[in-house]
Amino acid sequence: MQSIAAAPHIFWAILFIILPLIIVVFYAFTDANGKFSFSNIASLPSYASIFLLSLELSVIATAICLLLGYPLAYIIAKSNPRNQKIFIMLLMLPMWTNLLIRTYSIMAILDNGGILNTLLNTSMHIVGTKGAVIFGMVYDFLPYMVLPIYTCISKIDKNMWEAASDLGCNTFTTLTKVIIPLSRSGIISGVTMVLVPSISTFYISQKLGGGTFELIGDTIERQFVTGALNVGAAISLVMMVLIIISLTVMNKFGDPDDGGIIV
Amino acid sequence: MKKYASRIYLCLIFGILYIPIATVILFSFNNSPSTAEFSGFSFYWYKELFRSEEAWIALRNTLILAISSSLIATVIGTAAAEGIYKMRSKLLKLTINSVTNIPMMNPDIVTGMSMMLFFAAIMGIFRIADYNNIGFLAMLISHTTFCLPYVILSVLPRINELGDSLSEAALDLGCTPIRAFFKVKLPNIMPGVISGLVLAFTMSLDDFVISYFVGPTNFQTLPLLIYSMTKKTVKPDMYALSTIIIISVFTLLIASNIKSIIHTSPKRFKKGGKIR
Amino acid sequence: MAKLIELKGISKSYDGEKVIDSMNLYIRDKEFITLLGPSGCGKTTTLRIIGGFETADEGELYFDGVEISVVPAYKRNVNTVFQKYALFPHLNVYENIAFPLRLKKVAEEEIQTKVTEMLKMVALVGFENKSVSTLSGGQQQRVAIARALISHPRVLLLDEPLGALDLKLRKDMQNELKTIQQAIGITFIYVTHDQEEALSMSDTIVVMADGEIQQIGTPTDIYNEPKNAFVADFIGESNIIDGIMLEDKKVKLASHVFDCVDGGYAPNEPVDVVIRPEDVDVVAPEAGMLTGQVTSVTFKGVHYEIIVDIKGFKWMIQSTDYVAPDAVIGLYIEPDAIHIMKKSKYSGKFGDYSSFSDEIDQLSDADSAEEF
Repeated sequence: MQSIAAAPHIFWAILFIILPLIIVVFYAFTDANGKFSFSNIASLPSYASIFLLSLELSVIATAICLLLGYPLAYIIAKSNPRNQKIFIMLLMLPMWTNLLIRTYSIMAILDNGGILNTLLNTSMHIVGTKGAVIFGMVYDFLPYMVLPIYTCISKIDKNMWEAASDLGCNTFTTLTKVIIPLSRSGIISGVTMVLVPSISTFYISQKLGGGTFELIGDTIERQFVTGALNVGAAISLVMMVLIIISLTVMNKFGDPDDGGIIV
Repeated sequence: MKKYASRIYLCLIFGILYIPIATVILFSFNNSPSTAEFSGFSFYWYKELFRSEEAWIALRNTLILAISSSLIATVIGTAAAEGIYKMRSKLLKLTINSVTNIPMMNPDIVTGMSMMLFFAAIMGIFRIADYNNIGFLAMLISHTTFCLPYVILSVLPRINELGDSLSEAALDLGCTPIRAFFKVKLPNIMPGVISGLVLAFTMSLDDFVISYFVGPTNFQTLPLLIYSMTKKTVKPDMYALSTIIIISVFTLLIASNIKSIIHTSPKRFKKGGKIR
Repeated sequence: MAKLIELKGISKSYDGEKVIDSMNLYIRDKEFITLLGPSGCGKTTTLRIIGGFETADEGELYFDGVEISVVPAYKRNVNTVFQKYALFPHLNVYENIAFPLRLKKVAEEEIQTKVTEMLKMVALVGFENKSVSTLSGGQQQRVAIARALISHPRVLLLDEPLGALDLKLRKDMQNELKTIQQAIGITFIYVTHDQEEALSMSDTIVVMADGEIQQIGTPTDIYNEPKNAFVADFIGESNIIDGIMLEDKKVKLASHVFDCVDGGYAPNEPVDVVIRPEDVDVVAPEAGMLTGQVTSVTFKGVHYEIIVDIKGFKWMIQSTDYVAPDAVIGLYIEPDAIHIMKKSKYSGKFGDYSSFSDEIDQLSDADSAEEF
């Protein structure tokens, strides 16, 4: 009976989460005059290349984050508790610094007339390349990969390590046979937490892409700025559906009991 | 050997993470308008910033929005966590959790878009001509909505962990269910509630994307101000603003962690062979 | 003594599984009653129904003649000492004990007098300002008792309150609880799976298994006159042998006709016969009523525990005299040591020591960490 305490939240969620999504669907299937129309959906294939580019860059960025982040999470989790707290704090500080500031500061460093070129007295064109955008994504979202993996590894019973080596694992096989499989749920939430914002970003590509190419986030933002809301809604809808599908698939590989992400 | 390799790795990653931030801080003290060449130390851009009325208003707006939306989210979210805990139906629990997590899982841009369309529809229905009239309310609702899952996520595990025994003891000793919640349960889940509140507060403080879609012209927040500053050629006044934000966040984070860091004795986790 | 609490046809199921099956029980005023049984027998659920934390699916609950089946916990004049004490970690010892009085807005001086009185009773004077988390298990236990008693309930419910304490402390607390109960003169309803605890503290024991009451009686009754094989096995050690009641006071078991003191059975009725290990005397083979071969001997301090194979059935015998394993011995049993029980659904399940080992006993104790 005391579950009545959830009532305001349920009410809020229906009104401000579900209803807006229904409105997105509505906009996606109507034209500017509010008439039912498939034209927005029909126009979507022309955005396929933009979408694929977004997917490519964000998948690469996520993979790099995982490759860099897993060892980092592992090292932190294995260090002594006081250092662990300090490292985690060091990791969270950039995360809590506004994304715009971080992204802009990278641009200021990498830009044609930027700090790097000034210091080295060169004229490298870094901003405007795919590499710069990927670097921005990795830089901005790396902490999101490390934190869940760290949490997962640090929760693994210390005895697991001992049990593994007792049963004949060396450091490497302990890692591959025991620790990585046990930290699977951390990896999955890390991947989600990096992939979702990378694929939908528009600020990073605006700044570090130097306006040379457009990602799906930029497209949605452009529809918003130019008032082409119906097309924007259609793209948003497709993006949401794709993300929900991929999260559901990923959850299948996750540990259902481990508070993995429920979609 | 292995120890050194991991130290070098840590230094490398943290170095890369902090260089851009250090650059921002450094160039905020530049005495020229350049953000690439440091020509001398000065507080010029800070003075410039403090003279800017726009920045003060944005700061005020950001704080008003962050405080009010995080408080509302904390109240609704804590009640919701208790309600969800008491629910018997697993299906209902799962459904509510899934719906709650939508704003957390969805890309911000989609949430922003959906909120924006929602308020456009509201304007249509209630025949509101000027978006600025409902602009603050729209921001408040949007921020509360994306803060809610963070509150529930930090309170619910505490409630689960606490279990029923203390509440039952309180009922047994004569508390009504409501008094039992406030007198016994709430004090014991307080750390979760506080961290939910802090998380919600920082989420709101930090949000750019959703505010960008929902924000009215008469209610600019700091992230929106920074965005508009980076649209033009950036002068170090934006760096000064960023530095102030960074320093405040750093101070907050350190202050909230310092106690636990001091209290964590490194001696407790002696690893074999490393005892000195 | 008058009936204080009465359960009439109480049933409770969880997820379709019956935990309590139409239970009838009355509890007298000022008595120390123990619900005793293995984990999952429904004893804790019964207690929670009396406390108001669960509502029975069927049946009625009366308190002092008034039906209270749906009265919420906080309105019942019944307090509980919880299994893990459930002390409030955000309050110190004093405030934990004062909690019920604060709810009633009792005046500060009165609270102080009463709390001090309680602290004296549980021997915790001087601990007022300590945080409950710094207390030992035994001290936490005392705080929980003081907190539950301060508002003078008519009934105190105790849910395995000594389960978390070590053996020595448990014995001390048993005495202390009994003393407190006698001093304040209220009803204690005590739940435990520990038969020794039940025997040493209770006025009345209710033995439960599978959601049903197996036997209600005084500790001596329960021990000496168990009603069925379950009770005989659960309380103390017993050899439970198939027998045939030839006529009153004559029972045949293990191919030998014994004199006994029970009667009232049909001629040649199959029965369960209980013989306690301490009631069997070891004699020379030729002087024994039965003979058997010793299969194992374990030294237990006060006595030896001897397992004897008699025609394929393993008996346990406790004797102060040592016998060698593999020796053939005779057994002598007095008529009043033979207790006859009617056959029940538990017949044949208990009382054979062929697979007996101490470890199994301890394991089953440890996992009784509890049903709900």
